[in-house]
Amino acid sequence: MSLRLDRLAWGVDGRLIVDGVDCTPPTGALTGVLGPNGAGKSTLLRLVAGVLEPEHGRVILDADDLLALRRRDRARVVALVEQEASTHAPLTVHDAVALGRTPHGSRWGGPGPRDADVVDAALTEAGVAHFAERPLTTLSGGERQRVHLARALAQEPRLLLLDEPTNHLDVHAQLDTLAVLTDLTRRGVTVLAALHDLNLAAAACDHVVLLHGGRVVAAGDVAEVLRPEVVEPVYGVRCLVLEHPETGRPVLTFAPRS
Amino acid sequence: MTTTRTSTPHAARSTAPRGTGPHAPSHGPRPTGRGRVPTWVAVVLAAAALVVSVLVAVAVGPADLSPGDVARSVGHHVGGLLSGPTGPEPTLGALRDGIVWELRLPRVLTAAAVGAGLAIAGAVMQSLTRNPLADPYLLGLSSGASLGAVAVLVLGVAVLLPVAAFVGAVLALAAALALAGSLGTLTPARMVLAGLAVAQLCAAATSFVIFWSATGDSYREILAWLMGSLAGAGWDAVAIAGGGVLVLGTGLAASGRTLDAFAFGDTAASALGVHVARTRWTLLTVVALLTGALVAVSGSIGFVGLILPHAVRLLVGAGHRRLLPVVALVGATFLVWADTAARTAFEPRELPVGIVTAFLGAPVFALLLWQRRRRSGDLA
Repeated sequence: MSLRLDRLAWGVDGRLIVDGVDCTPPTGALTGVLGPNGAGKSTLLRLVAGVLEPEHGRVILDADDLLALRRRDRARVVALVEQEASTHAPLTVHDAVALGRTPHGSRWGGPGPRDADVVDAALTEAGVAHFAERPLTTLSGGERQRVHLARALAQEPRLLLLDEPTNHLDVHAQLDTLAVLTDLTRRGVTVLAALHDLNLAAAACDHVVLLHGGRVVAAGDVAEVLRPEVVEPVYGVRCLVLEHPETGRPVLTFAPRS
Repeated sequence: MTTTRTSTPHAARSTAPRGTGPHAPSHGPRPTGRGRVPTWVAVVLAAAALVVSVLVAVAVGPADLSPGDVARSVGHHVGGLLSGPTGPEPTLGALRDGIVWELRLPRVLTAAAVGAGLAIAGAVMQSLTRNPLADPYLLGLSSGASLGAVAVLVLGVAVLLPVAAFVGAVLALAAALALAGSLGTLTPARMVLAGLAVAQLCAAATSFVIFWSATGDSYREILAWLMGSLAGAGWDAVAIAGGGVLVLGTGLAASGRTLDAFAFGDTAASALGVHVARTRWTLLTVVALLTGALVAVSGSIGFVGLILPHAVRLLVGAGHRRLLPVVALVGATFLVWADTAARTAFEPRELPVGIVTAFLGAPVFALLLWQRRRRSGDLA
């Protein structure tokens, strides 16, 4: 069991946004993809999902070369939750989550009985089952984010990619979301989440990859990567790392560089 | 599926591990949803409404026919087609039978086919471009067809009008797609803008031709065509529009599941395993060929392809596997009635049917919007 991103690169107009990313996030674990704005986090996730075609590089999950798979086959293995996905269509929560079954089953036929069960399970797991019949337009930002998570779960992925899944969520909802992701990893799903909030990553992630300018600056355990010597040059701030009195995990505080 | 769905919230409420803190959404009475009936029921109901509408619409007008007369005449001719020319004598008398079989039935069937095709093409176009203002004519199709038709009507180019209109539509589409494609990936925004450019150019050329060389007589003919008309539609029109809808429309209706995946945009569709670029090119081409065939027999009839998909979405939801068959049947029924009104309201003068579709359709749509707002305080 392994996941390997192998020298992934992608650029626009001759400028590389992702510049040879090489890393091996552990499988069945929650990996935080960190880095300042423009570090290439979103682009990297899209490359791994096969939504963007890399200029070169491979993504190997177990024995599969993911980017060599047919799109539909890949969508049964990898799911992506985007940062801001909206729609004009008057969909209910259930409709939106059922879209996750698209790559499964027949292209022309309708959903089968197993599809209905998987969708119900995904609704429950993401904590949105009790408003399954509500129109998406009536949901708050946090609720909508959960719906997208449920849709990804309905895909039954082995690898789940999330772009800023905790953006715009309050603290309670952030922790809820991360708890759902941790539960998933216990079932063997590999989760890669781009995160802005270093403290959230420090509290919840098993492993982190720190990007800067499209390259991996550091990767490894939270305690190994989230050290002042590593963080300060990347973000251009002063950083003090404390220890959480209960969990023993790092807590970061920042100050402008004087 | 509907039954599992409605039972879910109760089952899940007791077991849901999360969302029970202060952030749990209010547990107030669940909105009534859309009171959905199973898809097959909706389709059967809509199909029955269409069949009845066709029989009644053929009977409406001078000549004092009843829907029963119409059914008998149709039965006689269809029976004759099946068993050879030795069928029983028509019971209606040759004149009235001729009115049914040679004049009104082909026109009503053409209206049904054009309505079905426009509605389904509009629904697909709106999904593909993620633009609620998209209609089947979006990519310059109607402007191209108009230019082709005006070239025939005014300049006397020696080809059949439907052929010229179809060629005009396809050329306009090719130009729009070439322009959009040359800008990079075929995104919805590029499609819309390229279509707009081509449409403006074709419209200017059409106006120029009319301004420069149209004479009194041809004005009215041109105006009728530009606003859409089914006057004089015969069995050849039924064959073109009906054939187009059966072959191309069925193809579009079968791609419902793929279209659903576009709800959250190209990236989401791609992550769900849809080949976004290939799907968009293919479906656009099919929509264009279908619209070209429809425009060729009826001119550009507005409203049906723009508003009806929205109205039907409000009624049956946005899922395409359900929306597309229902919208086709509703579109057919709608245009059958609109055309009946167009030919009878100011008898013996005829209105272009495009005027009637807007007059009938706009208030109906306003009513739907208003009703939905009252029910859920929410717009599509």
